[in-house]
Amino acid sequence: MSSTFDRVATIIAETCDIPRDTITPESHAIDDLGIDSLDFLDIAFAIDKAFGIKLPLEKWTQEVNDGKATTEQYFVLKNLSARIDELVAAKGA
Amino acid sequence: MDLAYFHLIDRITDLDIGEKTIAVEAQVPRQSTIFEGHFPGYPLMPGVLLIESMAQASGWLLIALMKFERMPFLAAVKEAKMRRFVTPGELLSVTASLVHDGSGYAVTQAKVSVDGKPRCNATITFGVAAFPNADLRGHMEAMAKRIGFPQQMIAHD
Repeated sequence: MSSTFDRVATIIAETCDIPRDTITPESHAIDDLGIDSLDFLDIAFAIDKAFGIKLPLEKWTQEVNDGKATTEQYFVLKNLSARIDELVAAKGA
Repeated sequence: MDLAYFHLIDRITDLDIGEKTIAVEAQVPRQSTIFEGHFPGYPLMPGVLLIESMAQASGWLLIALMKFERMPFLAAVKEAKMRRFVTPGELLSVTASLVHDGSGYAVTQAKVSVDGKPRCNATITFGVAAFPNADLRGHMEAMAKRIGFPQQMIAHD
């Protein structure tokens, strides 16, 4: 079974028409891949469906706005993938 | 339907919170300046307005599901298909159902039909946010009353 990162990268490539080979675990979805907030809704929808979770986008956004977190913590893809794994694990717990 | 004010739906005929579905009626006016341009001698309801009618029906469903505490704003329209023409004077049945309830967004599938036959459909994404001001919230409450939105579903502080 492909890794969470691979699945997320494929979703981003297909959703945003970004070449798959340009997407790495170190890519920042916003700063490096240029994904805007509207595109990210599509990605969130695809991730929610693919993993059976609900990405807490509002909570993350609030934390970034409040200075309690950085965008890197949530939108660098290796970190996003780790968050997804946590949410999947929490769902199964 | 009051095209001048972008009121695309007239009346909620069914709202099922459990099933997360809504049905509304929308009477296309017989006369409108829109039909003078779209098209001269061959009046048709513009597809973008049919999409808006589906968005408004979906929006009221989301407002109900969010207990009138948040406002949906149109974010994306996908797979919008105009299957048959809609002409002045027709009575539209617009239905919508929740496909996905995300964090800060929601996705619906909506359909317009006339006499049970589909005219158009789309998958619609909304961003949802707190009402930006009391004016909009007040306007939406007044609109809710006008279209038969169940008043007991309107939360008050």
